[in-house]
Amino acid sequence: MSEIMMDDNGEKKIDDKTMDNVEILAKLALTGEERYKAMAEMEKILSYVDKLNELDTKDVEPLVHVMPHTNVFREDEIENDDGAEATLSNAPKKKENQFMVPKTV
Amino acid sequence: MEIIGMTALELAEKIKNGEVTVKDAVEAYIKQIEEKDGQYNAFITVAEKEKLEQRIAEVQQGIADGKYRSNLAGVPIAVKDNICTKGMKTTCASKMLEGFVPTYDATAVTKLEEAGMIVIGKTNMDEFAMGSTTETSAFGVTRNPWNTDHVPGGSSGGSCAAVAAGEAPMALGSDTGGSIRQPASYCGVTGLKPTYGRVSRMGLIAYASSLDQIGPVGKNVEDCAALYQIIAGHDEKDSTSLKKTVEKIDDLAMASLRGKTIGIPKEYIGEGTDDEVKSAILKAVMIMEDAGARVEFFSLKMVDYVIPAYYIIACAEASSNLERFDGVKYGYRNMEAEGLHEMYKLSRAEGFGEEVKRRILLGSFVLSAGYYDAYYIKALKTKRLIKEEFDEAFKKYDCILAPAAPTTAPKLGTSLSDPLQMYLSDIYTVAVNLCGFPALSMPCGVDSKGLPIGVQFIGDLFNENKILNMATAYEKVREDFSCGKFSSKNNRDKEPVQNILKIKQEGEV
Repeated sequence: MSEIMMDDNGEKKIDDKTMDNVEILAKLALTGEERYKAMAEMEKILSYVDKLNELDTKDVEPLVHVMPHTNVFREDEIENDDGAEATLSNAPKKKENQFMVPKTV
Repeated sequence: MEIIGMTALELAEKIKNGEVTVKDAVEAYIKQIEEKDGQYNAFITVAEKEKLEQRIAEVQQGIADGKYRSNLAGVPIAVKDNICTKGMKTTCASKMLEGFVPTYDATAVTKLEEAGMIVIGKTNMDEFAMGSTTETSAFGVTRNPWNTDHVPGGSSGGSCAAVAAGEAPMALGSDTGGSIRQPASYCGVTGLKPTYGRVSRMGLIAYASSLDQIGPVGKNVEDCAALYQIIAGHDEKDSTSLKKTVEKIDDLAMASLRGKTIGIPKEYIGEGTDDEVKSAILKAVMIMEDAGARVEFFSLKMVDYVIPAYYIIACAEASSNLERFDGVKYGYRNMEAEGLHEMYKLSRAEGFGEEVKRRILLGSFVLSAGYYDAYYIKALKTKRLIKEEFDEAFKKYDCILAPAAPTTAPKLGTSLSDPLQMYLSDIYTVAVNLCGFPALSMPCGVDSKGLPIGVQFIGDLFNENKILNMATAYEKVREDFSCGKFSSKNNRDKEPVQNILKIKQEGEV
């Protein structure tokens, strides 16, 4: 198996402040233990992916899609029937034909 | 011949001729599932008896009426549990979607139905297809039918184990970084990841949209080719679906390796690959040379960069795709939360498993302000370099040959403790997804533990026809390979592999 490159300079990428931000973006409420473990694992994985820094990509264009994709447009015509009931069939909580959520403000 | 022993095409032929009824075919497989799946856990859901009976009658009638004329009409099929089936639970092997019943079929499933196939159940997988062993499933691990102490691979571990165990004649899987090819290799079955965009992703619950692709799993190459032709084609409900016409697969009975050029990346049979895997691949190479192929080794210098680039891109896309699971419209919800945001955060924390959360966190990080260029854009640039290196190789070769995985199936319980190590098991499969290429994995040998070894045929974009033909030609000279046995009639088995390796590596490049 290929060797795993570790960062030896001891510089942490994921400090508490960064992790606070990541948790907000990820919308995950982690327990203290989960958070601690996740930080250590992310640190390890990020040190490994830093291997990409060996590559000189200064003049390389990012490749997003391998196929030439363009936006696909169509006329906005109704093709389906009223699917409200089916759409709501998997809702954890509903009321009067609508999704119900806890109070928002 | 017993129904279970037939290939899917043989079974369909017998159904067409009236020698086997659709009912017999489906019941034979349901019986297998009832008897064996307690041991393997390849299925999460088996189709309800009543609905199945209705469908059997409908298909039998449809074949008689000429409504179902495909060469797989009447054949039962298992579908990976991240592909939506109307009215049949689709869980992604996650607590998050434990009771989710889709209100529509994935386009690939609609095509199966239109071809007169019968969905008999939904197969186990790594949660949201994130994993390489099917151990991250919220509904228990799947065991490898060749040795139940070992994993079936992943993430389409249930689909591959079901075919290997004779619980389904064929299955649909999905492949984001090797998720069809690696478990096919571990389970001794054949699996094809088509060119990106060949098969509609409509109704495939997204993991990494630029990499995901649905594909067939079967007992042999010909079955996979038949199923591929049924599910492939443009779909206006998937904007990345290819408009290009799906070319007809040549008559596989005529398949030959004569005059074909094959390139093998030296790095793929280097230090990181198990000796027994190496020797099986090299034996396959010699058999292909005997059959008229010209084989060369070449250097793929980007090999060490594919996993880092893949994980950044896949996790970034996953973090975005999985935002939809918020406890509002479907799936798990924490009912105690008082505010909306608290409900989101708790539902997701409780509904997702560890590996899924790990990838969402990593993806959120690499896309965040301040890190986006250093990680995400860097990975996309690396992706271009990887693609360019493969493009160069395809100027010279009809196909690139590689192991499907560096080892055979690891033991259960040995992979999840070190995620990074598990990620590295995808080293020979992920480049194919980054570049959009089609690739097929099929058995080429068995190691000393009695576990199957897979060889991968990688083709240039849109070259499914070419790799299916080359793989079929190899299959003809490889001799019999069925669950539990591998009997090669080739005297290549007796050659000392170290010598072959030495000659090969010194010879070319």
